[in-house]
Amino acid sequence: MDGMILTLILLAPLAGMALILLLPDRDEQSTNLPAWLALLTSLFTFACTLHLPAHFVAHQTGFQFEENLAWINSPAIRYHVGVDGLSLWLVVLVGLLAPVGVLASWRAVKKDRKLFYALFLLQQTAMVGVFVSLDLMLYYGFWELSLIPIAVLTAMFGRNLGDASAAKAALRFFLYTFIPSAPLLVALLWLYAHTGSFDYATVQAAIASGTLPGWQLAWVSVAFLIAFAVKVPVLGLHGWLPDLFSEAPVAIAMIAAGKLGLYSLIRFHVELFPALAHRAAPWMIALAAVGILYGALLALVQKDFWKLLAYATLGSLSFCTLGIYGFTAAGMSGAVLQTLNEGIIGAALFLLFGVLYEPASASKLADFGGLATKTPRLATLFTIASLALIGLPLLNGFVGEFLVLSGTFTGVSRVWATVAALGVILSAAYMLGAIQKIFLATGAPAHATGHAAGHPSATARDLTGSETVAVALLALLMLALGIQPGLATDAIEPALQSITQSLRMGAQSRNAANLSPTHPESATVIASSPANLKGGR
Amino acid sequence: MNEPMLFLPLIALLPLAGFLLNGLFGSRLPKALVSTIALLFPLLSFALVARAAWMVHAGLALPVAEANAPTWIAVGTFHVGFQFVLDQLTLVMLLVVTGVGFLIHLYSVGYMEHESGYWRFFAYLNLFLFFMTVLVLAGNFLLMFVGWEGVGLASYLLIGFYIDRKSAGDAGIKAFVTNRVGDFGFLIAMFLLIAHFGTLSFSRITAQLSAHPTLTTGAATLICLCLVLGAVGKSAQIPLYVWLPDAMEGPTPVSALIHAATMVTAGVYMIARTHALFDLAPAALTVVAVIGTATAFFAATVAIVQTDIKRVLAYSTISQLGYMFLGCGVGAYSAAVFHLMTHAFFKGLLFLAAGSVIHGLGGEQDIRRMGGLRKTMPVTFWTMTAAVLAISGFFPFAGFFSKDAILAAAFQHGSTGKLLWMVGLVTALMTSFYMFRLWYLTFLGQSRAHSASDGHDHEHHHHAHESPWIMLLPLVLLALLSVCGGWIGIDRFAAFLAPATGMASAAPNAGHTELFLSVLAVLVAALGWFVAHLFFGRRTSAADDAAQRLAPLHRVLEHKYWIDEIYTSLIIRPIQWFARFGLGWLGELTLVRGSVWLLVGVTGLCGELLRRWQSGNLRSYAAWLAIGAAALLIFALAGTLLGMNSLADSIHWAVR
Repeated sequence: MDGMILTLILLAPLAGMALILLLPDRDEQSTNLPAWLALLTSLFTFACTLHLPAHFVAHQTGFQFEENLAWINSPAIRYHVGVDGLSLWLVVLVGLLAPVGVLASWRAVKKDRKLFYALFLLQQTAMVGVFVSLDLMLYYGFWELSLIPIAVLTAMFGRNLGDASAAKAALRFFLYTFIPSAPLLVALLWLYAHTGSFDYATVQAAIASGTLPGWQLAWVSVAFLIAFAVKVPVLGLHGWLPDLFSEAPVAIAMIAAGKLGLYSLIRFHVELFPALAHRAAPWMIALAAVGILYGALLALVQKDFWKLLAYATLGSLSFCTLGIYGFTAAGMSGAVLQTLNEGIIGAALFLLFGVLYEPASASKLADFGGLATKTPRLATLFTIASLALIGLPLLNGFVGEFLVLSGTFTGVSRVWATVAALGVILSAAYMLGAIQKIFLATGAPAHATGHAAGHPSATARDLTGSETVAVALLALLMLALGIQPGLATDAIEPALQSITQSLRMGAQSRNAANLSPTHPESATVIASSPANLKGGR
Repeated sequence: MNEPMLFLPLIALLPLAGFLLNGLFGSRLPKALVSTIALLFPLLSFALVARAAWMVHAGLALPVAEANAPTWIAVGTFHVGFQFVLDQLTLVMLLVVTGVGFLIHLYSVGYMEHESGYWRFFAYLNLFLFFMTVLVLAGNFLLMFVGWEGVGLASYLLIGFYIDRKSAGDAGIKAFVTNRVGDFGFLIAMFLLIAHFGTLSFSRITAQLSAHPTLTTGAATLICLCLVLGAVGKSAQIPLYVWLPDAMEGPTPVSALIHAATMVTAGVYMIARTHALFDLAPAALTVVAVIGTATAFFAATVAIVQTDIKRVLAYSTISQLGYMFLGCGVGAYSAAVFHLMTHAFFKGLLFLAAGSVIHGLGGEQDIRRMGGLRKTMPVTFWTMTAAVLAISGFFPFAGFFSKDAILAAAFQHGSTGKLLWMVGLVTALMTSFYMFRLWYLTFLGQSRAHSASDGHDHEHHHHAHESPWIMLLPLVLLALLSVCGGWIGIDRFAAFLAPATGMASAAPNAGHTELFLSVLAVLVAALGWFVAHLFFGRRTSAADDAAQRLAPLHRVLEHKYWIDEIYTSLIIRPIQWFARFGLGWLGELTLVRGSVWLLVGVTGLCGELLRRWQSGNLRSYAAWLAIGAAALLIFALAGTLLGMNSLADSIHWAVR
């Protein structure tokens, strides 16, 4: 079982997709059979992903549940998959979010359901594939594959198909993510040409040996970095995010940002190019710290909730970037935890606001108001998710932010940590402001809010039973991870230890190559000083 | 599980259970059951605290559940657990929080009887007790921060309890966000502590400080100033006090419990709790003393002219908290905590009595339209009188002892102490004046319910009535405490607290000086009463005459020095403008457009590099071509579907 489980997780959604495509077309308008099939498939897949943490050997470095089969002989591409503590919970997260996404689409998607759910499941396979691939070309295939359903589904099932803004958002996403993928592919091929292998460990060892030509390798790492930074997105490359959040189907928007890019940053930039990651770190830290404030400030003045959520997401993803490039144990653990948090909290908020949005396609905050009494379940869960987002202690967001900030403050830069911490003030302001505008009294006359026929507040409904269960489970998860973050970090830490190990080696090889002033003590990356990080530039 | 490990967390967990029961099922439960749940769990919690107090009284060791505490966050060498500790300081706080807290719960059963959302109110109230007990029981900074932010959440929820009032929602957000400014300081302080000590545990930090005090004065000052920022936010001191007057939007029992008796004193508690750090940072202590004195004076001036009964009390609370800060700032931590305790009695009582008046008048809060309630509401009147005498500092009421202890400590504190004492004394004069103003206008004279000329509906004044027993019982008990609460005396109180707050904070030796100061303080309080009597006791027009003669000053005070307006135009608006125009227009446009073309450029460059390096490797080149072509094909296809003629068109359109 252990040997096949990852393959099963990868194939199960594909099997569901095939079943859905085989359904007869004519029933589509009357029944929601594709959705049911997708739900069952995603629930089954989720159950399979739960096998991973159940049988994962914590405190063991290296990959587990590995499978390594020859696939294509020349070029030598292997089907090599496996998870370690870093990817473990991300796979489970994808498994968890799939049924939530199906629920969020249940009523929203009314036509072409077959195509929608088929592509939705394809997206799931692609995302899992990104997290488990240990062969660079296999990884690249999944990476590219993960971009297509998002773009296609946004273009076809976007929320504002009438005025073509959905298509525009899809194209913009496509541009942003596909273009950097080309240099990524070039970089992969360059690595293959110089190492003769796509195997992750082999390539990693070759880079660590320091025999690859230096300045070209630097360009290769930049290609990797940009491709991932766009997908996160990092400040400056986030142009696609607000559009996609506004236009993509809810189920797609909730998975589009964050985890793929962040995971790739850790695995294929920091871990693969430790020395070069050190050189990029000061820039990434600055971008992240500024990004936290930038996202929070813009979220503060948004009039549309999806846009608000987009900028809030930019802020909380910047926390992850900050933690990753601080190279401290606390910061990196916090970053991975925050990646999970963002996925959970974002999914809850997307589903909840999607329910309000759906009947009248209204997302302007001013369109709502006073819904607390009308939709009490929704209001309560929305408030809990918002509190998690703004980092209230005992909910998950706090632990991630605290670890990132404390790691940055003690190990990297007090100034940037202080700048980033300012975000906690602003996040409270914009999220509580949104809660007030949606659920509480807005001061507008009663006939303007909620009583006119067809008005968003008038058509709003509370959560159905299944939606309540789904979001309540997410809320419980926020609480569980907030009280016992060790549930996740116990598995994450050993994986991060091996990464900090390679960072240490990277620092040494960098010193050997005289890329920075030699600091023998800088081998202790865990507590690397700002001077050490700024070295080399 | 040994006994203390359960015992201490249980004090906090019992109200949490009440919150969960009422929060999850309260909407479907009958009112009586909701009240039972809401009262039972805080009462049980109080019983546990009382048991702990008895243990102390009997000379038993205090339960400490610090070792083997369940882990919360453990990453690398950093480790924080759910450590609960109980010492004398915590015990005093717990007695106040659960004792006064329970009385206010009881009162609320009567006060909130006719409100919709009854269950929600009590769920929030229990949630508050949970977080407040966590705050005072916490054995480390991070767990304290849980309570710290948590009481902020409960405060936010309760201020905004009347969800059909926009002003309530606004006030809730203002309170939470202003507190977050303080929490920012608290966070930075924690990071500094981690950097210096590698731990956040109170006992470990204290142990490290006493074993080998490596902390420089500069570092200690920085840490303490960050902590002060947190305390200033939570305890509504200058410059972050602005949220507290607005917080009066919440139901009156909330104002009594959270915004007078307990939560707002958390800043004082925190400074007393971390006094080992503050003792190393004299400059930070001076800042605390100056902030406290300035706030006490400033808020008292505003309180003099307020006309909303709750706003008068709110500014009074800010002012009294200033006294507590002054106490901390001059190193008299036990005096500050003493005043914290007596203040919880008499200010809680003042708010509850005010609530009783509001309740009896059917929602009227303007003291200009009250008057003559002495006859119709005798119990409220007499209990309120006890509270007014206590806060004004008349012997032998509770406030006399605690305020006196603070002023005496200030008087004997170095060179600046005399000045601080002087300002404190003037503030005491104003306190006595505005409290008796409130007292005269509310209870004495004739009812002015009909004299107002703005066409307000005064129907309810015909039915001004005394409140039910369930509201009066807490009033009477708190009145007893307001009278007797100070009789223990600062010396015995300080001696009791000494293990927690240090001997240095023990009260100065009694002597002629102190007797002189005490007599002076009572005289000043009597003077305040006398002036109030001249203005409001005999003829009501005297006050109006004075207001007209001092019109500019009156205007300044009436508008609270326009501080809210200044903050809005100097801080909030510029931030919004910067976000909207600086970032929203300029930043977003350049970043979004610029980055797309940057990406296109980088791609071209990489393709060029590939051609240069890899032209020999046909297989790789072929693979790149195939995949790249597929990508471009899909893109072009998508563009064609949308009616684009070329790839460039599509790109241009997409970024437009």
